[in-house]
Amino acid sequence: MARTGRKKPGLRVLVWLGVILAALTAVLAGGTIAGQASWAPKLALDLEGGTQMILAPKVEGGADINEQQLNQAVAIIRQRVDGSGVSEAEISTQSGRNVVVSLPGTPSAETRNLIQASADMNFRPVLLNGDGAPVPPEKRTPEDQLPKPTAAPANSSDTNWITPEIYKQFEALDCNSPAAEKSERSDPTKPLVTCEPATDKSPAIKYILGPVEVKGSNIVTSSFQLQQGAQGAVTNDWAVNIQFDAEGTAKFKEVTERLNQFYVAAGGESGTDPKAQFAIVLDDQVISAPRALAVITDGRPQITGGFTEQTAKALSDQLKFGALPISFDIQSEQQISATLGGEQLRMGLLAGLIGLLLVVVYSLFQYRALGFVTIASLVVAGALTYLAIAILGWTENYRLSLAGVAGIIVAIGQTADSFIVYFERIRDELREGRGLVSAVENGWKRAKRTVLASKAVNLLAALVLYFVAVGNVRGFAFTLGLTAIADLIVVFMFTHPTLQLLARTRFFGEGHKFSGLDPERLGAVPLYRGAGRVRTPEDRPVVVRSKNTGAAAEAERRMTIAERRLAEKQEQLAGSSKTSAKENK
Amino acid sequence: MSGFATFGNELYTGKRSYDFVGAKKIWFIIAAVGVALSIIIPVAKGGFNLGIEFRGGSEFTVSNVKTTDATIGEKAVTDVVPGSVPRVANVAGNTMRIQTDKLTDDETLKIKQGLTSAYGVTDNEVTSTFVGPTWGADVTKQALIGLVVFVLLAALLMALYFRTWKMSLSALAGMAVTMFITAGVYALSDFEVTPSAIIGFLTVLSYSLYDTVVVFDKIRENTSGIDSSTRRTFGEEVNLAVNQTLVRSINTMMVAILPVGAILFIGAGLLGAGTLRDLSLALFVGILIGTAATIFVAAPMYAWLRQGEPELVKQARRVEQRRAGAERSAPASPARA
Repeated sequence: MARTGRKKPGLRVLVWLGVILAALTAVLAGGTIAGQASWAPKLALDLEGGTQMILAPKVEGGADINEQQLNQAVAIIRQRVDGSGVSEAEISTQSGRNVVVSLPGTPSAETRNLIQASADMNFRPVLLNGDGAPVPPEKRTPEDQLPKPTAAPANSSDTNWITPEIYKQFEALDCNSPAAEKSERSDPTKPLVTCEPATDKSPAIKYILGPVEVKGSNIVTSSFQLQQGAQGAVTNDWAVNIQFDAEGTAKFKEVTERLNQFYVAAGGESGTDPKAQFAIVLDDQVISAPRALAVITDGRPQITGGFTEQTAKALSDQLKFGALPISFDIQSEQQISATLGGEQLRMGLLAGLIGLLLVVVYSLFQYRALGFVTIASLVVAGALTYLAIAILGWTENYRLSLAGVAGIIVAIGQTADSFIVYFERIRDELREGRGLVSAVENGWKRAKRTVLASKAVNLLAALVLYFVAVGNVRGFAFTLGLTAIADLIVVFMFTHPTLQLLARTRFFGEGHKFSGLDPERLGAVPLYRGAGRVRTPEDRPVVVRSKNTGAAAEAERRMTIAERRLAEKQEQLAGSSKTSAKENK
Repeated sequence: MSGFATFGNELYTGKRSYDFVGAKKIWFIIAAVGVALSIIIPVAKGGFNLGIEFRGGSEFTVSNVKTTDATIGEKAVTDVVPGSVPRVANVAGNTMRIQTDKLTDDETLKIKQGLTSAYGVTDNEVTSTFVGPTWGADVTKQALIGLVVFVLLAALLMALYFRTWKMSLSALAGMAVTMFITAGVYALSDFEVTPSAIIGFLTVLSYSLYDTVVVFDKIRENTSGIDSSTRRTFGEEVNLAVNQTLVRSINTMMVAILPVGAILFIGAGLLGAGTLRDLSLALFVGILIGTAATIFVAAPMYAWLRQGEPELVKQARRVEQRRAGAERSAPASPARA
């Protein structure tokens, strides 16, 4: 057999594959030691247990939602979910229309309602405020001294809204402990007792607020900027600007006219009448309660006072959310307990293992010893896929879902197919009468193209599924794509080099009966057989012509036996004996 | 095995040959009938058996039940919602699944409690799922978009790779047949169509094209020098390629279908309904039909699309002439084939 330059072609590639595998393992090991990664792949919620909700946002008035609004919706939900103390929530948008909220564990009814509710922003006048701490029980106002409404309230700032019940509620309210989220939104036509949570700069404050006067939906937009001084020079104070629509402008004018009277009556800047304040309420919590320093007639109030750039931006964003009263319909809510997911995973893996075993048995049956190459290749593909999943779980937070597991199991078959295509091509070459070494090389040349073309179709499908798909289709598609790439790496860097090496062993090279590449079994009888065996004309099924006669010869080489005989006869008749079958080396 | 290898040899050399291309009329008629039935059956049956994701409703899963009596579950539901008709099924060893129409939050909680005590399990062994009907519609819509995008890109990819749109078109025809008949089998067998089944369905399309590409690659190889060859007509060359890749097709199909079958029969037997079963059923059916469609529809169709090309008509005439000439010069030819 002719030798090409290197003594062991393929060995170098195999070494490279070893290096890649070792490097990936080292990366993962490093991550694990650093405590960031883990050896086990990260599991998605369906296997780990948790709840996934798919929410369809609804804009008041049934308007369509655009992407920016959807992103705002995600921000709103994230704020709410994080606020309610649930950690590790996954919130994302889906197909540009839905919001997917995945929470580990089972969310309480409160959390569910909280997620579902619309961002509810409105403006209420302040009736009373006080220190955020609850009044100690012994100091609370006795029953008979509680404020009693003397008449029906005339406007939203009327203290007649304060009933004994509301006052008691106000005294008992504790704004310093995290608010137990209420499942119901307040009635906009009734007074509200609520808190302004403590910030770095100010302690918590509690309020009794009058009924809603201006709705958040009346806000057109909001921005923030550095405040301008009296001379128009820019100061270092930040301010938040609001722009109301026509309805909001009229209402806000009316409100500030009333509130500004309290402000002026109480002595302006030094006054302390809470009724001069209007509270901006988001999800029933006061986010800011500025005083009405002037009557705003143009619907463009500016809120000032102790903002930093950050807090100004935060308030401005919140006001924008308020301009967008999105509520959510739960389209699908799936609670998957970890036990069920675990059971499914266990069974899925068991099925996969059995499937793998069947593939092993089948390849050994079909390809004899060559089947072991298939198995080894599958093992390498498995190792690559596993490492990739574990590392992606660490770096990209890729989580393996049940659909992903199914993707891997399905990939077993598709991966093994590349080997089949390759092995069949080698067999074809052997049938042509080639020696194994050249059969491996020639078979590879042809199989390579086929494998690349067909894997391109697979990858294309995985990519399309990934980018267009919804929900767990993505996990499936991702895994399919991942395994397709792993498959390519394995075929190029493991299966082919291994066969190059094996072709030079006696067992395979001489076509042992169990090698799966026994030329005799494949109907090819090479010229040199040793053991005194002489090839008879009947044995010779193929007339191999000069190898380099180009594509036209290709078709001729693939004649049926009958045609070949016919051709031979013709040749013999013509007296030319062109029968020297060559190894073509 | 040696039998199979011999089979492969004979197919390779052409000693044994199945006339896939020549008998194309028969295959096309069978495929057309299959497709027609696949359209008629769901229409006649009033549509597919749509899963809860498409109909909308509530679903409860009770794990670790002491008894798998379905009537207990039915009663737990009808106690809360009188007159409703819940579907109660034992989906795995000791897991029950109860599907109902859409329930309110309140009813859901009550039924959950009812099921917990009825089956004697703890609170977290009962899970509830609420699925809106639009969810299924979303999946379907996205799946359809995915399908169209995939088909367009795949058609382009194949046309570029094979440098002929006729191969692309034939491959897509094979895929379409696969698609229709797989859907038809679903309608006929009354299996539930769930989003997982849709995923499987999309994967089948990819498999179908993948399989066709492998066979077409061989066809292209065999027909690359057809202009200057007088050995075989184009159709015969295509047919030989299909025969030569037949062992590959069978092996590939087997290897692809074994793991899928394992999930389907082992997984589903132990687990009952669920992601894995829905997915694997679609794949199982689709892989079988996809492989057949390549051999019986895509390849013959390609031969049929091209046989009328003037170049190939001329070539076919040359083949005939040579054969007639060979007959005359070698009358004693042992025509064994």
